[in-house]
Amino acid sequence: MSWLAGHAGIILSRTLEHLALAGISFTIALAIAVPLGVFAARRRRVGLPLIAALDAVYTIPSLALLAMLIPVLGLGFWTAVTALVAYAQIILVRNVISALESVPPWMVDAARGLGMTPLQILARVELPIGVPVAIAGARVAAVSIIAIASVAAWIDAGGLGALIFDGIERQDIRLIAAGTFGIAAIALVADAALRVLERRLTKRGAG
Amino acid sequence: MASIRFDGVRVVYPGTARPAVDGVTLEISSGTLAVLLGPSGCGKTTLLRTVNRLQPVESGRIEIDGQDTAALDPIALRRRIGYVIQAVGLFPHLSVAQNVAVVPNLLGWPRERADARVDELLAQVSLEPATFRSRYPSQLSGGQQQRVGIARALAAEPQILLMDEPFGAVDAIVRASLQRETRRLQRRIGATILFVTHDVDEALELADLLVIMRDGRVEQRGRPAAILAHPATPFVAELTGAGDAFRRLGVTTLGELAAARAASAQAPAAAESGEIPSLAPGATLREALGAMLASGAQRVRITGDGGESSTLDVGELWRALRSQDADGRG
Repeated sequence: MSWLAGHAGIILSRTLEHLALAGISFTIALAIAVPLGVFAARRRRVGLPLIAALDAVYTIPSLALLAMLIPVLGLGFWTAVTALVAYAQIILVRNVISALESVPPWMVDAARGLGMTPLQILARVELPIGVPVAIAGARVAAVSIIAIASVAAWIDAGGLGALIFDGIERQDIRLIAAGTFGIAAIALVADAALRVLERRLTKRGAG
Repeated sequence: MASIRFDGVRVVYPGTARPAVDGVTLEISSGTLAVLLGPSGCGKTTLLRTVNRLQPVESGRIEIDGQDTAALDPIALRRRIGYVIQAVGLFPHLSVAQNVAVVPNLLGWPRERADARVDELLAQVSLEPATFRSRYPSQLSGGQQQRVGIARALAAEPQILLMDEPFGAVDAIVRASLQRETRRLQRRIGATILFVTHDVDEALELADLLVIMRDGRVEQRGRPAAILAHPATPFVAELTGAGDAFRRLGVTTLGELAAARAASAQAPAAAESGEIPSLAPGATLREALGAMLASGAQRVRITGDGGESSTLDVGELWRALRSQDADGRG
């Protein structure tokens, strides 16, 4: 216990770094993936190669991707964010596409027949109807980002991964455990929060 | 008011050789309830969807009140045409009131006007506004959902209503009451309705103008009684069951029979009698026969709005059904 008390400060600041890293990456990833997914769903000819390219990014090991980014972006926080955003894209874009495909064609037909413009159909029908499906994907993306963010410590981006690396270097199992449990706790909380959101939005749709 | 005119309309789906709609020319005058009847794949739904330009045409033109719809903005056009589909098409994430108010909101009506219109429409389709306004579609029965679908289509007071097999998914009793209400609403608002169905009884029940389609073409058009009396082709005869006297009984009205009788100058004067049932000219032969059976009389009195009357006896009814001359051409 006295060890934990002595290290509370560093654990807390590493946790906050991790939250910032994952939170900012997730937000940026979402802001890119929604328009990209809508575009890919509308234009199949562009959409399929786009998905293949994003799939290819996903197959690059996280350490290798970070290493590849260093010569371009250098070390640090934003390099890690770039890598995390790139990883999350395939999960999120695929899900935005399935979300749009989960909207029954007759519903889109009714919306067109009532005189909605394509943008109104997207904003008032397709996105609200597809949201539960999209959030299921967002959960997977969020948990992946939180997990992969541990590797970011390797390029000086901080986070709970730094505790694990320090623990390995000093052969201190307690540091490794603190980092590991911290990451797991963040992932579980994020997953639970999105699950609650998903359920609430689904309930509204079902009446 | 709004008349619809199809002029040589042709639709070919990409990758198919046979046109879905093959040169249809058809005029539907204002305030008419026209029913497109035919088997699956005859092009009736495709033809309906050309009116609000959900379906582009390859050639030909569609005019509303003499105006070529190709020259209009499709979004604005759709907002002034009511649209009801078989799948109902209610948005599950919106309440009943929000569903009905979709078009008024698209048109930018002020909140109070849209709210008032929602309540008025729900009452019109026999749904108590206070009870149903804030429910969601999944909390409604199939018939109630379709009523909301009709209210939504009528929201912006359209002059034209397109109904694509709207009652296909509800049970027979609900369908009958929705059909009655459709007629009632149509008389009240005077809209021109284009109604697609593959159900012959529904078509005969509703149609002012019956349009029978086959392979993308119009096979025959006319009043239901006229088509039953004189089917133009064996296909029409078989589809409509024109040989079935009971069916003619149900669509031929007393007024039509009286007119045909007047044309052949054999109208008997109204006979004096205390106990014979009195019916309006709009009543069908089926209702006349029913009234005779119920009262024990062998004749009914046909009493017009102006008080003029004549009688129809059971022998004439018999002859009318046998000779098929109650064709309503009068």
